[in-house]
Amino acid sequence: MEIKKRKKDLTGFLALTTVRAMFFFLVIVLLLLLGKIFIEGMGVLSLEFLIDEPRNNMSEGGIGPAIFGTIAVTLLMVVFTVPLGVCSAIYLNEYAKDTFFTRIIRTSINNLAGVPSIVFGLFGLGFFILFIGKNLDDVLETGLLFGQPALLWASATLAVLVLPIVIVSTLEALNSVPKSHREASYGLGATKWQTVREVVLPQARPGILTGTILAISRGAGETAPILFLGAAFFLPSLPIADLCIGNYCIPMINPTEQFMYLAYHIFIMATQSSNPTKTMPLQYGSTLVLIVLTFLLNITAIIFRYRFRKTLGRL
Amino acid sequence: MEDQDFFSKSAQSKYAKKIKKFTRVKESAIKFFFAVNGTMALIFIILIFVFLFKEGFRALDHIGLLDFLYLDRADASGTIERVSQWYPTSEEPRYSLVPLILGTLLTAIPATIISAILGIGAGIYLSEVANPKLKEFLKPMIELFAGIPTVVLGFIMLVVGASFFNDLLNPANRLNAFVASIGLSFVIIPIIASLTEDALHSIPNELRMASYGLGATKWQTVSKVILPAAFSGVSASIILGFGRAIGETMIVLMCAGNAANITSNIFLSVRTMTATIAAEMGEVSQGSDHYFALFFIGIVLFTITFFLNLFAEIIINKMRKKNTF
Repeated sequence: MEIKKRKKDLTGFLALTTVRAMFFFLVIVLLLLLGKIFIEGMGVLSLEFLIDEPRNNMSEGGIGPAIFGTIAVTLLMVVFTVPLGVCSAIYLNEYAKDTFFTRIIRTSINNLAGVPSIVFGLFGLGFFILFIGKNLDDVLETGLLFGQPALLWASATLAVLVLPIVIVSTLEALNSVPKSHREASYGLGATKWQTVREVVLPQARPGILTGTILAISRGAGETAPILFLGAAFFLPSLPIADLCIGNYCIPMINPTEQFMYLAYHIFIMATQSSNPTKTMPLQYGSTLVLIVLTFLLNITAIIFRYRFRKTLGRL
Repeated sequence: MEDQDFFSKSAQSKYAKKIKKFTRVKESAIKFFFAVNGTMALIFIILIFVFLFKEGFRALDHIGLLDFLYLDRADASGTIERVSQWYPTSEEPRYSLVPLILGTLLTAIPATIISAILGIGAGIYLSEVANPKLKEFLKPMIELFAGIPTVVLGFIMLVVGASFFNDLLNPANRLNAFVASIGLSFVIIPIIASLTEDALHSIPNELRMASYGLGATKWQTVSKVILPAAFSGVSASIILGFGRAIGETMIVLMCAGNAANITSNIFLSVRTMTATIAAEMGEVSQGSDHYFALFFIGIVLFTITFFLNLFAEIIINKMRKKNTF
């Protein structure tokens, strides 16, 4: 009896140790890979590397235009996706009742999150460029301005791609606002919209911000959807145009031009560079910049959410 | 709304009535605005569906449905040979999807198996073994790993992983399905691990207590009580992981070698559906058969992942209903 029990414990001990070992094996492998990128990438990292443009057939210089392009695209993406996602979540959490229709909407949010990113690229090409862009050109008689791959359509496509992220985080934030706060507001005679605007949304703001940051980090890391939506190998100039009102001109992002993109830059340098071994330090440098960017964004989002949950836990 | 009607009837002045009416119209207009935004996710799914099919089905104008499987080809001596090849740009274009689908499976299935083993292990560790303080630190770390851009993973597998496995296993091709599936695992393990953790975590504590009360050890509780109870959640996580493996583009594009072989040898180069779209869409002329054929691949991909996701979602919903004891 005694022996049998100990034997059982031994299997249990072995199994639990295996599980533990699996976990730490994973962590160690990932840390080794990240450490490799970090060590190799630090060598080229400098302010000039971040600002300079690629020179000498992309074998020297920096990644300035790629960083600019990434910022421009994600900025536009946020402008498209955040209002849409937040309003969508407000409808689902505040207005809609639990019907068959809203359940279909919730299912399609999850399904949208699972569509392969390359399919989003095809969608962007078929819908935004060839349908909306071409028709815009016909209506506005602008020749071939909108009906071609451009920054605008890349950000619009990425906006659809990250929409579920924004909706889900906003839903979570709205859901965690206590019901009693809404009831108190109604009790004071406020209408539904006043309650949403003055009571619910201000409390949900950190949650919405979390979703936005996560969306930016996801968008900045995506490569597949923008492959044929205007990401360029190399551009001699930044996608900037002067927006003039009378005599007063300010430089603005030009959404109808092509752009360089950090994630695409890494892909191109690694696979289609004329001399991959010579540019290896540059590749590690670009990868390090992208990884640091996404990690910083994600850590910010995680800390935000953690503090948000703690605050709401106290209510 | 009925209460408001009552009040508006009892209101004294005409002016007050007017305000009430204005507020009511404004409120319903706002509700309508939100409702339009609310349906956007559904609208986009439908739009993706419509525009993929609109472009993709035009491939069938010139390419028969059977041509996507094989082509009967006569060689110089006149003997007819049945070939399943993807050569869209040759003089006699061949559009068979068979090598691409096999390539996708040859990268996705090993990746899912590796990820299921390690991911479920990591999920069990997080939910049942790790102490709560450590878990609070480790869970965000998994999330952080899930956020690594796939192009970074593709790059590191290309420059480090491929050479490592080349020295270790000496495969026929340096870039092969195996290297790609290891790369894919890095994407899928965090997904399976965190969903498994969720599923195990949602099992009521009473079950654990009852099991311990009957004299079971920790591992007996985990393997005989918790895992069977969470079976549906864990299997949903594997299905979602598999769907993700099929749809992943950058890693297979960079690491799988991109040769459309029909093979079951994991150490040979293969070409997946996603990588084919990514590599060829940029150079194809719009409106050609090849262009529509690429959209047709998109339809196949979208349909497969759509049903996998739907399936997983149904399982998860059933699990939620069951677990509310």
